[in-house]
Amino acid sequence: MSVVTSLRPRRGRNVELLLLLFAVAIITLAYATVEASANGAWPANLATQVGGVLAIAVVFHLVLRWTASYADPLLLPIATLLNGLGLVMIHRLDIAKGNELGEGMALRQLTWSALGVAIAIGVLLWLRDHRTLRRYTFLAGTAGVVLLLLPLFPFIGREINGARIWIGLGPFSFQPGEIAKIVLAVFFAGYLVRTRDVLSIAGPRVLGMQFPRGRDLGPILLMWAISLAVLFWQKDLGSALLFFGLFVAMLYVATERVGWIAIGLLLAAGGAVIAFRLFGHVQTRVLLWLHTFSPEAVAQSDQLAKGLMGMASGGLLGTGLGQGRPYITYFAESDFIIASFGEELGLVGLMAILILYVLLAERGFRIAVGVRDGFGKLLAAGLAFSLTLQCFVVVGGVTRVIPLTGLTMPFLSSGGSSLLANWTLVALLLRISDQARQPVLDTADSGPVPAAVGGR
Amino acid sequence: MNSPIRRLSAIAAALFFCLLVSSSWIQFAAAKKINDLPDNKRTLLASYNRERGSILVGGEAIARSVATDGELKWDRRYPMAQLYSHVTGYYSYVYGAGGGIEGAEDELLSGRSDKLFYRRVSDLLTGKDPVGASLELTINPAAQTAADRGLGTQRGAVVALDPKTGAILAMVSHPAYDPAELSSHDIGAVEKAWPRLLKDEGDPLINRSIAGDLYPPGSTFKLVTAAAALESGTYTQNSTVPGPATLQLPGVAAPLANHDRAPCGPNDKTTLIHALEISCNTAFASLGMQLGAEALREQAGKFGFGQTLTVPMRATASSVPANMNEPNTAQAAIGQYDVRTTPLQMAMVAAAIGNGGEVMKPYLVRRVLGSQLQTIDEATPERLSEAVSTSTARQLTTMMKDVVTSGTGTAAQIAGVDVAGKTGTAQHAKGAAPHAWFVSFAPAADPKVAVAVVVEDGGNAGSEASGGAVAGPIAKSVMEAVLNS
Repeated sequence: MSVVTSLRPRRGRNVELLLLLFAVAIITLAYATVEASANGAWPANLATQVGGVLAIAVVFHLVLRWTASYADPLLLPIATLLNGLGLVMIHRLDIAKGNELGEGMALRQLTWSALGVAIAIGVLLWLRDHRTLRRYTFLAGTAGVVLLLLPLFPFIGREINGARIWIGLGPFSFQPGEIAKIVLAVFFAGYLVRTRDVLSIAGPRVLGMQFPRGRDLGPILLMWAISLAVLFWQKDLGSALLFFGLFVAMLYVATERVGWIAIGLLLAAGGAVIAFRLFGHVQTRVLLWLHTFSPEAVAQSDQLAKGLMGMASGGLLGTGLGQGRPYITYFAESDFIIASFGEELGLVGLMAILILYVLLAERGFRIAVGVRDGFGKLLAAGLAFSLTLQCFVVVGGVTRVIPLTGLTMPFLSSGGSSLLANWTLVALLLRISDQARQPVLDTADSGPVPAAVGGR
Repeated sequence: MNSPIRRLSAIAAALFFCLLVSSSWIQFAAAKKINDLPDNKRTLLASYNRERGSILVGGEAIARSVATDGELKWDRRYPMAQLYSHVTGYYSYVYGAGGGIEGAEDELLSGRSDKLFYRRVSDLLTGKDPVGASLELTINPAAQTAADRGLGTQRGAVVALDPKTGAILAMVSHPAYDPAELSSHDIGAVEKAWPRLLKDEGDPLINRSIAGDLYPPGSTFKLVTAAAALESGTYTQNSTVPGPATLQLPGVAAPLANHDRAPCGPNDKTTLIHALEISCNTAFASLGMQLGAEALREQAGKFGFGQTLTVPMRATASSVPANMNEPNTAQAAIGQYDVRTTPLQMAMVAAAIGNGGEVMKPYLVRRVLGSQLQTIDEATPERLSEAVSTSTARQLTTMMKDVVTSGTGTAAQIAGVDVAGKTGTAQHAKGAAPHAWFVSFAPAADPKVAVAVVVEDGGNAGSEASGGAVAGPIAKSVMEAVLNS
């Protein structure tokens, strides 16, 4: 019997708890450092605040033990750590702006974090099998399009800082594009798993690459047009890039045809040229990207220049939390929060944060490999890639790899819609991973217990 | 579907790798370049967090930082305000560091310089508050004061050098301004002062001694022409040269005349030494044509013309135009046409002659000092070029002594000291009074100081001005100040 015990698949829940405690410890240290450098003393209410964060994390952990005991043990600690670090930085910027704890952006962010975790728990409780989502494929597609278009409607649509990607309901404003990202991933997964056989029929061969048939180009062209429309009417370069990139990547995964990527890149390049020719705001972005420090660019906006100066002033080791001047850059708490971290934690700290995202995304891909059904594979890979693409678009924009676009950094940036969406994303990955890592029970109780899949 | 997922995850890894590279580039490779950008508010603010080094002259601070309780922790003070305005420059929260040593040596004063690297590391380890380096200047306070008083309300500039080392003993440009006006923490007042100073028609922010529009050197440039003649080997100080009252230039209707419209000697001839003594235009103009434009340019180049110097402020290069025809060359030989020079350059000409023909590189910072005033770095005199041979230098000295004992420069005589000098009265615009020049060094045999003085538009004397009468006494007082200290 002892042999069977040793073969018991590892669920990783204890590892998760340990990592969670570690994450909360890091957040606590960061918070205390910020307070100490602002007030010269440790915060008096440290215990209650840390206790609160710890309680939320542990509740989530217990829910996982109960409803998804095989779930990937790294996702929750990483998401918690990133969310917590974001909170600390936002609180730090509150202090710089003279906001008290009770009135600042940090409290709002904390509320949204709690709400995000609650919704994630709700998703896990409601969705016991991710394949259920496949039933809602076309509902998700419709919802995605409606969410994308909502900001364009009069009365509820709002234009903030030149991008019409917000909707407002009373005092609340919301970026539906963040939610659309997930809903569309569900739609793409459901749609592609149905049509993959057709879409992967070989067409002409060009330059040694198998291209799809011309008549199958409809969906990608439609998606391309929608992305351009988002770019044109909502002036939202980032979302356009994100949606189109996500679709092409999932199309590739579904069909295993590199030709789709080639077509996607070609269309993206064409779209970029069209956008550059037609839209003044795109030209401005490109000017700011290529000649950030030139007088003409600075006359338009010195945000990117200031962000870069902040990162440069941080150098290798950073100024230390609370010691730098991230508040000089506009939107230091949202679009430029990565620059704020670069300034205060240095290149070392920034790299550590980026590695956390790498881990998060790569765990996502690993789940996609491990799960057995096509829909789950596509959804997990899509979610992981959307996270990657969003990080690339945001950090790449701040560090001048690509033109700056207005997207939020998952978990770090201040913003409710972003938090809700990304916690939901993690919940979905957790749910899929629970199945990916579960031992296959082919026959009820006979035969040896199979080795865990992806349980290393 | 697993193999495309694996490939997609590799693409994701590659995308993240791009981000690691780009952030390394910004925060490591290009960090210094970005930190040094002129509009970098963080660098400026950071520099207010640490005690900025003082600028010292003769053991006294002419710029120092005083601790305050405000958000900007250090306030910059300039105890002798106007006297040193173009030496110190300003250190402004709004407009950055500039206008003099404050700008040119900002890295040292703020403590950012790589030269201070080991000191920074040890400060970090010992937990001391990092402090910028202090700079001890070569300025002689007495000479600086004499130059400032001499110019008074007149516009112009004075530069005094130690001929043997190139150390700058005085650097004055008038009109001056009060750097405290720009360095104040009262942002509103600073933002009012800046455009006012910029618009002021006297251009007080410009350091005329090394920059600005430059001046035609007038007759002081005859030293360069004489040097070229002596160096050519065909002339000595006693050679006979033509010296008519007026000189017909090829292809030009109006002849070139002497300032008194009289011949420079009997039979329209004179000697080189006498020609310099009385500043004979026709003699040097014909000499210039004889030697040719290239010889003049080359000689000027050996004195430092055409070189941009950092002293450590950037000194604009003086220039003799290229491709001059004969009449232009004749005009250039007497320092007219488009010859343009800084007072610093003319002081270097005088200093080189006094120093046996060797041009020393001018410098303003003698020592870089640490927080305990220990020496971190010390300037070593540097030879820039050999302008003329020793024998040419000796003959030029004799000629310049004659200018002061019995020629146009008698106003610069100092009792008991041999002074060598040359006057200049430079026409620069039709109807405007000429600029008055005087360059000199003393004692002639073993010079301790070389001076160049320019007074714009003849100063208080207006159109009646001559270099000897207006600029000569100022040069004299500066030389005396150095010799007496």
